[in-house]
Parts: sequence; structure tokens; C-alpha cells
Amino acid sequence: MGTGREVDVRLAGVTKRFGDVVAVDDIALDILQGEFFSLLGPSGCGKTTTLRMIGGFEQPDEGAIELAGANVAGLPPHRRDVNTVFQSYALFPHLNVFDNVAYGLRRRRIAKDHIPGQVRRILELVDLPRFEARRITQLSGGQQQRVALARALVNQPRVLLLDEPLGALDLKLRKAMQLELKGLQHEVGITFIYVTHDQEEAMTMSDRIAVMREGRIEQVGPPEEVYERPATEFVASFLGASNLLDGTVGPPDGDFRTIELVSGEKVRVPAAAIEGTERSIKLGVRPEKIRIGTAGSASPADGDNAIEGTVRDATFVGVSNVYAVATRDGHEVTVYAQNLGTSTDRPPAPGETVTLTWHPEHTFVVSGREGGADGE
Amino acid sequence: MAYLLLLPGGIWLLLFYVVPTISMLSVSLQEGSLEQGYRLTGNIGVYAEVLARNDTQIIRSILYGLITTVATLLIAYPLAYTIAFRGGRFKNALLFLIIMPFFVSFIIRTIQWKFVLADEGIVLGTLKEVGILGQGFHVLGENVAVLGGLIYNFLPFMALPLYVALEKMDKSLLDAADDLYSNRVVAFLRVTFPLSLPGVFAGSLLTFIPAVGDFINPEFLGSPETTMIGQVIQLEYLQNNDYPEAAALSFVLMAAILMGVFVYARLLGTEELTG
Repeated sequence: MGTGREVDVRLAGVTKRFGDVVAVDDIALDILQGEFFSLLGPSGCGKTTTLRMIGGFEQPDEGAIELAGANVAGLPPHRRDVNTVFQSYALFPHLNVFDNVAYGLRRRRIAKDHIPGQVRRILELVDLPRFEARRITQLSGGQQQRVALARALVNQPRVLLLDEPLGALDLKLRKAMQLELKGLQHEVGITFIYVTHDQEEAMTMSDRIAVMREGRIEQVGPPEEVYERPATEFVASFLGASNLLDGTVGPPDGDFRTIELVSGEKVRVPAAAIEGTERSIKLGVRPEKIRIGTAGSASPADGDNAIEGTVRDATFVGVSNVYAVATRDGHEVTVYAQNLGTSTDRPPAPGETVTLTWHPEHTFVVSGREGGADGE
Repeated sequence: MAYLLLLPGGIWLLLFYVVPTISMLSVSLQEGSLEQGYRLTGNIGVYAEVLARNDTQIIRSILYGLITTVATLLIAYPLAYTIAFRGGRFKNALLFLIIMPFFVSFIIRTIQWKFVLADEGIVLGTLKEVGILGQGFHVLGENVAVLGGLIYNFLPFMALPLYVALEKMDKSLLDAADDLYSNRVVAFLRVTFPLSLPGVFAGSLLTFIPAVGDFINPEFLGSPETTMIGQVIQLEYLQNNDYPEAAALSFVLMAAILMGVFVYARLLGTEELTG
């Protein structure tokens, strides 16, 4: 992974309709060589359809799809230099592990004496050595997942497409496989396009994430960026508790702008976050960025934002306390307070008035436009 | 104790299959006549005798069975494939059409064929009337009439197991084959067809076994030139009352079918069929 990477997959104005339903609505996307790229969104957002169009299983109604600079319009999957790991794995039940993995090599008429070596090497890579003779039905879900991965990777495609490949695994195995997949991708250097509805999974593995909603792309960026600076309300709430507040843009203050909340309280946001001339905006702050203290107990650090609220609910979840706090303008804000066990004050109880403070840098501003903003 | 559930079926088979089979085996080794009664003499020679006397009918029956099996397979496969893969919301309606002939009895259906194929019947008569066929053209009594009846009557027995095998196939396997450089023909040969082999096997048995032993189709649609072994057994048993010969012939037929099935299973690979 160096600099000046080529674009491996380019989608330009791609639209796909199923009857009256627009599954994918005019999306544009450049995915770079060697990138681990995730399409993230709720079910029905068009992420799988997008993946299937790149694979060739569906043809777009409008727009162009390029693989390594060449338009692949109309090419069936068997003539594209991509391979897919299917959600259900789709392993051939009548073939053993070896024959499943060798399937693509044989169809491409790779020299017979090269096949066993390539199969063995890829099975070692996915940590299934000596599994060649096993039948598919004798494998666990995690093992089948690895065979599916090996069967696709052995062909050394330009791009590997993965359609929620970890969805059927239990949580613990899924966590382990996430790290393994990321390591594997690093090792083989192939572009991965990964479809998931699990935001944590996408953030763990991806170099970049495209958040999709109703057939459109809401935001594209590295995990930190889409999490810390979500462009839209939808992205903010899909990637965790978002704590949105309404406010009116006020005068500049150095690198910041002052925002007046509905409650009359004033907070500061990074000036760069305010675009255009909008007067009324939505701002947000992630729950783990907020500190909570009983009102008046501690004065906020210099320059921090501070608002007041009333504790509605306090839940102990082990590593942290989770508070639901009603702000004075009627919003509910979630706060994660790390369970340090050193606090000299007692934790705030429901009904108590508290002060919420956070650093202005941690405030983000979302576009409130409905129906999926373009995230520019 | 899990095997307790096998008891009803086991008792049924014991009473109505094993016991009669053993008694028939003993009948085949008896000698005598209806008037003087039969005595068990252990006459194994009867097997060689019936085999020598009926070799033409035995070979013809096996040939008819083979042709019927292959023909029903060729007709039923595209049928089952289309219903399973492209049937959509008409799936059940189309399946019902396949089963519909069962609502009419086997014998009636075969007699209907006799009307259809009769020299002056609805089909041939009309075609001759219009001059498409010559006046001398006839089908009834020929091989083709008996085979036609067999193929028609056993088609559902082939189509249904094929449908079941194809229907339960995970359709995403075709996407996977497509993804792995297989066009539709290759995907069919490498994935769909191998996965349908259990259906091919079951359908073949359900067709071949009763077709070889059938006596209805040659009886109604055939002639002395198309006599099948089932007819001979029936004749020996019901008209000549030569029970030992009829029983011996039945065993010869059973042995022939068992051998055929065994060879067939080995050819297809039993592991494929049970896995």
C-alpha cells in the first residue's frame, strides 16, 4: 500500500431499479487498489445490490462500473476479475474442501500440476492445513467461512467482494475473524469490498467506509472521520448514540463559532464544521466525549462546552456507567462515564441536576436535510 | 429404543414381504400339478428351465425398462428443472399437472392410450383421413406403442424425485459457479447435475423396477412380439396354474433387477447419493 494508488473500482452514476423500487440511486464511488473498503448501512440500503453489480450478478440500469479502468458493463461474473465470498458461503456440497478451492483454478485451466500446491498454500493462509479431503458438511460455520475465503482468494482476483461473510458466526468467532480478515487482506494486498450492517465491524476492519441509506451514499471516509465528524444525522445515529442538539449559528470566536442552543445556553463548535450560510443547525457530541458532574461540583475546564441537564436514568454496565440526561431544551443525551473506580464524588443519581462538559473540538455539525444528503 | 419406531414397518414387511417371499421360494422348488397337488422336491433345475425358455422376454423386458428409464429421464429433467428454477408462483400448479394423471387409474390410462393409438382411433384415424398418414400405418402392437405407454405412465415417478432434488438445491451455488469462471453450461455440468444425482437415482429406480415387471402396457398396447416377462408370469400363474414356474420366473426377474440396481448405484457412486 503505497502512495498514488490506482483506482481499482469506479462507480459513476450507477442506478439499479427492481420494478418501482430504486435499490441503488445514482451513486459514485472510487475504490483504491489494496483498500479495505466497507459498504455499511441498514438492510435495504442497497449495499448488497451495489456489491452484486460490481460482481456482475446484477447489471445497472444506468451509469458505468469500471474495474481497473475498463468498463465491465454487460460482462457476466465469470468474465470479471473479481471473486465473491457469499453470505451463505455457497460452498459446493458435492465436492470436498480441495475440490471446492480448486474449482476456479480448474475452470481457468491452470496447469494440473500447479493446482495442488496453490490449494495447499491458500488453505494454510486461511489456517486450514490438512483439510483438503474433508467434506463440506463436516465443517463448522467458521471453517466453512474460511474455505469460502480460500476458494475466492486462490484465484488472486483484482478485487475480492465479501457479502456479510461473518453474519452467520457467533459473536466471539466474528470478533476473531474480523482481525484475521484484516490481517489476511494486508498479507495478500488485494482490494476488499466488504458489505456489512454492523458499524463496529466496519470500523474495526476498514480503511474507508461508505455509509449507505435508501440507495444513496451518505458519507465516505475513514472510520475515524465518519465516526467523529458524521456528515448527516443518519450517519451520526447509525454509528452510535449521536446526542443531537438544535442550535442557531452565532458569531465567530477564533477557530470556533458560537452556537446558541434552544435552551439559551451557548456552546462552541470548530469553525470548519459550519458550512455555507445556514443559520439553524444540528450539532452533536459522542457519548464518551462527555463528562458528567453534579451541578456546581466542578467548574468546567477553560473553554469547554457546558450545558445543564437532569439525570433520567443511570445504568451500570461494568466498564462504564451509562446515563440518560434530559437537557434543558428537551433533548435526551447519552453519556458514557468510564468506571474508573477512583471518583471521589458519588455518581449522579436519577433526578439530580448535572453539568455536561466536553471539549469544543469534539462537537460535530450534521446536515439535517432529510432523505439522504449527499454528504458534501 | 430409538428403533422402536421401526417396529410397525418392520412387522408389516415381515408379514407381507418376507413371509410371502420365503413361501414363494419354496413354491418355486416344488413339483406337481393343480390336480395332483404340489410337493417340495428341491427342483433347482426349474430356474435354468424358465431362463432358457423365456430369455427373449426377459431381455426384452430389461431393454424396455432401460429405454423407459432413459426416455423419462430425458423428458422429465427439463420439466423438473424448469419448474424448480423458473416455476415462480406457478410451481405448485405445474407440479399438480404432473401428478394429475394419478387421479385416473393406471389401467384406464393405458386403455385410453389404446384408443388414441388405434388404427381408426381419434388420432391415427383423423391423420389418415386427412391424408397425412398412409392407410396402412399402424402403431398398436409395435414396440413403440408399448414403450410410449411405459414412458407416459412412469414419467411422474421420474419427474417428482428430480424436482425434489433440484428444488432443494441452494440457488446461490449457481452464483458461486458463475463467479468461479463457469458459464451456464459448465455450471450445469459441474454443479447442478451432480447435485441432482440423488433425484436421478431415485427416479430411475422408481421407473426401472416397475417398468421391467410391467404387464399392463404390453397387454393393452402390445402384441405377441412385445410380450414382457410380467405377462409370462401372469400367464403361468393364472392360466397355466404352473405355480413353480411362475415363482421361479419372479425370482429370476427380481435377481436381474437387483443386479441392475447394484451396478447402477456403483456407477453413480453411492457416496454422492447419501451425502
